[in-house]
Amino acid sequence: MLLTGANGAGKSTLLRLLAGLVPPAEGSLLWHGSDALADGPAHAARLRYLAHADALKPGLTLEENLAFWARLWGGGVGSALAAVGLEGLGHLPARMLSAGQKRRGALARLALAPVPLWLLDEPSVGLDAASITRFGTLLAAHREAGGMVVAATHVDLPLPGARALRLGGAA
Amino acid sequence: MIALLKREWLLAARHPGDTLAAMLFFLLVTALFPFGVGPAPETLARIAPGALLSAALLAALLPLDRLFAAEAEDGSLDQLLLSGLSGAQIALVKALAHWLTTGGPLLLASPVAAAMLNLPVGAWGVAALVLGLATLFLSLLGTAGAALTLGARRGGVLLPLLVLPLAIPAMIFGAAGIEAAASGVAWRPFVLLLAALTAAALPLAPIAAGAALRAE
Repeated sequence: MLLTGANGAGKSTLLRLLAGLVPPAEGSLLWHGSDALADGPAHAARLRYLAHADALKPGLTLEENLAFWARLWGGGVGSALAAVGLEGLGHLPARMLSAGQKRRGALARLALAPVPLWLLDEPSVGLDAASITRFGTLLAAHREAGGMVVAATHVDLPLPGARALRLGGAA
Repeated sequence: MIALLKREWLLAARHPGDTLAAMLFFLLVTALFPFGVGPAPETLARIAPGALLSAALLAALLPLDRLFAAEAEDGSLDQLLLSGLSGAQIALVKALAHWLTTGGPLLLASPVAAAMLNLPVGAWGVAALVLGLATLFLSLLGTAGAALTLGARRGGVLLPLLVLPLAIPAMIFGAAGIEAAASGVAWRPFVLLLAALTAAALPLAPIAAGAALRAE
């Protein structure tokens, strides 16, 4: 599902709500008909959330950054880096990477271990055309395997046939 | 949780300056006392327990305000909260990591500080034990404080104001324990009370911190 809307329309807030990071002011969040927030860790285990911030520790190398998440979630660091075209850069400290490379480093977390739901907040910011194509492959594989994607974006994403939800702005 | 502890350790190893700064701060503060109260050995030995503990608690406060703030800024905190670990587990690991990287090294520096304050050599062991327990107590309280002040404007100033008053019991029992050891009377009851305080904070402070992280 593509989430669009003006700046400040609430795209990021909706994604954070879906992730269970902020509680809904009213209403409830359902997963297969039952309250998703009743068991926070179980809900967290079935989703990956990609925020604006890349959550890479500048002092650690790309491999060390990913290895930590791989220990928590499972999956291989090498294959995740290859999926975003960062193989060969894993030994560099994250602070030496360019903005686009950091973004790809954050995207590599998605490729670690399969989960049903991806929540992506403007995933393509800073990516070049080749990286967006590669990201499209990653998205396609995820959807092929029955995964869901909710992505907030201002630009076209390689998500063919996705439903769109336009959030009305405060304007 | 082991993975998170390893990561904290790796991060601390990449930035050894933070640990070193706390250690040097501790030594410098204790070095100030002889200048202030004069070099008379009896006076120094009299104030040594309190001075050691105050300096250690202040030094352990130094890196606390970055404990969660750094994680929040680069987006890691959101990811950690979604990592399947509960808020309390994250806070417990953070507190332990804080102790390992500040309180622990202070123990290594404590003989030097004790010598500067003319603390009798027989009390050095008890002093190290007390410092270890008191800094662990502060790490636990401080983690809760850091979680509470996260996102507050000038949280770095607010944090000591919240945490230091709560550390007064540790100060009282700790200083009394070192003093008892220095004058050759039973120090065990004081240290046991301090240990009891720390043991109570071990589950309670991370739960409070975890709730504060969730509400942030």
